[in-house]
Amino acid sequence: MLVADHLVKKFGNVAAVNGISLSLKPQEVLGFLGPNGSGKTTTMRMLTGFMNPTSGSVTMDGVALTDDPIAVKSQLGYLPEGAPLYLDMTVLDFLKFCGEIRGIRGAYLRERLDISIGLLQIEEVLGKRIEALSKGFKRRVGFAQAILHDPAILILDEPTDGLDPNQKFHVRQMIKQLSATKAILISTHLLEEVGAVCSRAMIIARGQLVASGTPLELCKLSPHYHAVLATAAPSVLQLLRSAFVGNPLVTGVEEVRVNDKLTALRLLNHQPAELLAAVNQAARAQNWVFESLLLEQDVLDDVFRRVTGGDGRHA
Amino acid sequence: MLNRQKFFSAIGDFFADPVFVLIRRELNAYFANALAYVFLIIFLALAGTMTFTIGSFFERRLADLQPFFQFHPWLYLLLMPALTMRLWAEERKLGTHELLLTLPINLSTAVAGKFLAAWLFAGIALLLSLPLWFTVNYLGHPDNGVILVSYLSSWLLAGVMLAMGSAMSALTKNQVIAFILGVFLSFLFIASGSPIVLGFLQSWAPAWALHGLANLSLLDRYDQMSQGVIGLDSLLYFALLIYLFLQATIVIIHLKKTA
Repeated sequence: MLVADHLVKKFGNVAAVNGISLSLKPQEVLGFLGPNGSGKTTTMRMLTGFMNPTSGSVTMDGVALTDDPIAVKSQLGYLPEGAPLYLDMTVLDFLKFCGEIRGIRGAYLRERLDISIGLLQIEEVLGKRIEALSKGFKRRVGFAQAILHDPAILILDEPTDGLDPNQKFHVRQMIKQLSATKAILISTHLLEEVGAVCSRAMIIARGQLVASGTPLELCKLSPHYHAVLATAAPSVLQLLRSAFVGNPLVTGVEEVRVNDKLTALRLLNHQPAELLAAVNQAARAQNWVFESLLLEQDVLDDVFRRVTGGDGRHA
Repeated sequence: MLNRQKFFSAIGDFFADPVFVLIRRELNAYFANALAYVFLIIFLALAGTMTFTIGSFFERRLADLQPFFQFHPWLYLLLMPALTMRLWAEERKLGTHELLLTLPINLSTAVAGKFLAAWLFAGIALLLSLPLWFTVNYLGHPDNGVILVSYLSSWLLAGVMLAMGSAMSALTKNQVIAFILGVFLSFLFIASGSPIVLGFLQSWAPAWALHGLANLSLLDRYDQMSQGVIGLDSLLYFALLIYLFLQATIVIIHLKKTA
């Protein structure tokens, strides 16, 4: 288990990371969310021993990173931001180098190479120089390097950044597959990633933790969670609004506008099932036609904006 | 009786040490680009030309390699920083130092591995000039002991300049800046005993300071040694400079990645 305790990193007088603690357990995918520049990469650099924290500590199964960096680092697999690679090497030479410098040799090296190469589906580019690879393949080679030595802990800095939707899907599948045996920390600013792969997420802003929990728990932080969202013509929405303003089930009404045209109404509430039934009933009675009527589920972006100050309150 | 299998596996263990894995990668990196071949050809062409023209190899009618070795400091002044400028600057530019320095190896291992690869490469370049040694032996009866010491001193001189270049490369992401800084630093150490520098200081610096500075000169040490005068103080001097600048490299990398 990887534990970070009150990590602080100051650059001059500016604290890029200001007191972040976390623990990473086996079979867990912890999502590290935050706006660009919030301290995600700096935190990961301290966790992997690339940077020393100004204060705070990192321990792996009770061993402090500063006490025995080699023992701790040998159990970590790391994909740095942008997946940097030695461009002048072929893929196979690079992976062999990564294995050998970690002390893996002979039959076990061949076995690990086979597994990593197979998992990342990079057989066809093994003999190519890395500089000649597409972005997607480069990322996969970076990934293969991170899992080559079968580390207990995987730390992936924005593993899907800059990939196309198919490649993103593939990387996410792989993260899920690997999480069966490993503890994984991924950083991202893509919210769909959290729901797709993470068992737990931490949102950080300005170097500090602002929210954490399972994706569901985080969603519940938003008043939009399980709001009734009705999409219809503006005239229908006006009728809906006048019918439900003042209804005890409704705690608030928000308008959704696209190009200044009213396209949907969001009815905030505490009893979604009852409110949805009531709206349905009214619609049948009054012959309202909705384009869609649903309970909002995926409201992480709203949570994210609220807790990171992206809604303008901290700007 | 020696257990042969054990012996070979011990050798295998030795060369499986991270520092050797790194040396191999770095040497391959030289040869993966045109750099290695350009360097070797230019080194041999320049060294050869200087030997036969400015050095008057034939006209001297002496069976030795002084005309070859005497220009090495000036040749190395440009060539060694060219060899080391990419060492750390390129890693930082590509971000691969983040990969390298999160491997389970010490920073000193990484610094030593990269330096040793460059030094071995310089050694290869030097070995390619061996036909010259054979030639003087064919033409006359040189003092081969002196020549051997000259080769050693030339290689040590290269090592000092490479260690300086390594430290300068750690200072910047820009290879051109790393090169210029490397040339400048090497020049300071080569020229510190030269009449230009000493003459400039003579008017106001105390005599002991001048003496000390002159003693620091790489050029004087090298000249002594390449004439076959091998002293423990000279060997220590070269070794100490290499050690100091490799330590400086470690400190610079440590400060840079944390800042």
